[in-house]
Amino acid sequence: MTSHLARADSAGTAGSARALTQQRPLGDRVFQALALAAGLLVLAILVLILVSTAQQSTSWFSKEGITGIFSVTWDPAHNKFGTLTFLYGTAITALIAVILAVPVSVAVALLLTEVVPYRWARPIVYIVDLLAVVPSVVWGLWGFLVFGPWAQRVIYAPVASGLKGVPVLGNLFGPGSNGAVSGTSLFTAGLILAFMITPIVTSLSREVIATVPAIDREGAYALGATRWEMIRGVVFPHSQGGIVGAVLLGLGRAMGETIAAALVIGSSTQITSHLLTPGYSMPAVIANQFGEAFGVFRSALLGIGVLLFVLTIIVNVLARGVVARSMARQRGA
Amino acid sequence: MATAMTDQHKVDLREPRSWRRAKSRIATVLMAVAFVIVIVPLGFVLYTVIAKGASIISGQFLTSPIPFNVAPANVGGMGPAVLGTILITALATVLAVPIGILAAIYINEYGGNRFLTRLIRFMADVMTGVPSIIMGLFIFAIWVIHFGYSGLAGALALGCLMLPIVIRSSEEMLRLVPDALREASYALGASKARVTMTVVLPAALSGIVSGSLLAVARAAGETAPVLFTIFTVTAANPNVFSGPNTTLAAQIFANASQPYVGAQARGWGSALTLVAIAFILMIAARLVTGRAQSVR
Repeated sequence: MTSHLARADSAGTAGSARALTQQRPLGDRVFQALALAAGLLVLAILVLILVSTAQQSTSWFSKEGITGIFSVTWDPAHNKFGTLTFLYGTAITALIAVILAVPVSVAVALLLTEVVPYRWARPIVYIVDLLAVVPSVVWGLWGFLVFGPWAQRVIYAPVASGLKGVPVLGNLFGPGSNGAVSGTSLFTAGLILAFMITPIVTSLSREVIATVPAIDREGAYALGATRWEMIRGVVFPHSQGGIVGAVLLGLGRAMGETIAAALVIGSSTQITSHLLTPGYSMPAVIANQFGEAFGVFRSALLGIGVLLFVLTIIVNVLARGVVARSMARQRGA
Repeated sequence: MATAMTDQHKVDLREPRSWRRAKSRIATVLMAVAFVIVIVPLGFVLYTVIAKGASIISGQFLTSPIPFNVAPANVGGMGPAVLGTILITALATVLAVPIGILAAIYINEYGGNRFLTRLIRFMADVMTGVPSIIMGLFIFAIWVIHFGYSGLAGALALGCLMLPIVIRSSEEMLRLVPDALREASYALGASKARVTMTVVLPAALSGIVSGSLLAVARAAGETAPVLFTIFTVTAANPNVFSGPNTTLAAQIFANASQPYVGAQARGWGSALTLVAIAFILMIAARLVTGRAQSVR
């Protein structure tokens, strides 16, 4: 977009002679260098994050080895730092968040693009975005002091006693090994993460759905399709890829969300299928235990950070790649 | 043409009360239900924060020193945390916003369609998805280990968080500036730097300010990046450049798991303050743009 302007700058034939010297003014070149440096800073920070945290976690890597790192036992008192529990908790809570948030987000995105008139869409967007304005720690405070205790009494306890012994469902939502359910649990964490990722999944889905060509929509309606048939026949096939990207992006956010998870996940290093009992996730253990960690313990927590960083980078690169590709295809079509 | 139109009047293409139409109706209702599902938790959270926070918040709460956790709700306040939040967030803004705008200028004005430009834009996108706790660990590893805990370290971590948000929103705003403006000023003999500083930036200013305000709102409420960089203390520390500090978000995290009613009440008061700050910044951002382009 700007390349032809740059050429016009140096090779123009009109204007004052002074401005047409071959050499661009010093101030201009300094400014360009500064702008380039600022842009490169992004790349530098990403590389530095990986290098500096990995460097700090070498003593953990060399002590535990690959098998030790992915073992189940996390016992700082006995210098055992295996991360499997946290990987499991992160995966489960992020999965719950995505499963709960995606249908709702896509439905709201469809509501905004296909149903309500434009002047109503804006206030609805503002309201959905408010979910993202509430800070993570406030979600955590609310989940820990208000929602968790309430859900345990009103929802979890009756559900767990009702499903006790039922195959599959009993394993997921039944009481834990000690016969109890907890307000601070894997499920509570997943649910609160779902609230937190809803705005980003909604806004990306909406962007993707908005690129569906109007002519295809009108074609479907002209053939007598109902709104739902138009959505299934036109909108979904067109925006599939982009929505997958939005889901991945939400997954990445849910995996890295720290403070809310740290407060409501229950902080228990167990691997269990019982979602209504406490668990632990990678960012939560870093936040909760970093303060009292020294030596290999601290190195292990930084190492968990490295794993988390690599995982979220992979998910985000995938997500952005998928979104960019589907957007490009839309424009090309 | 005329006959075709009368034909259309005679043939009703819709099937009244068919299962197909009912399905479509059900789908529409479900979409509305999804919106209600979004509103319920939001309303629940905001109601709780306001109900529990409003009773404790006062001028005294916002300025008094933080008491011991056992102290009842009517003693002391969150003064040091309010001070720390303002100073650290302001410092982070001063660090991140100019660099972010410069990077956006590089991407949009100088970069063209080169591989490096696309890489920087793509990585800025990816960086918005890096968990905030990683920024805290990063600054801990490169700064705190060598120079100790300070408000500055917290500001650096928050700055890393804000940088990609500022870049992406500013870049989107710069892209909206019409090329005719640039060409007009080139025609007057202005250099590229001059065109950018005196024509392009002012034209995009309201959008850039709005995007930056949203980034500030996000940073002000963040806990994870400051947790390992400012070493949450209860004493006021007006010097952001050295010594441990505190913020509202960090205090809420510390107070949430306290068994004492007073500490919890101060946590709710801080939560209301924080939510109010975020809302004010967001409304300011909307006002600045006027006909706001929604920025992610």
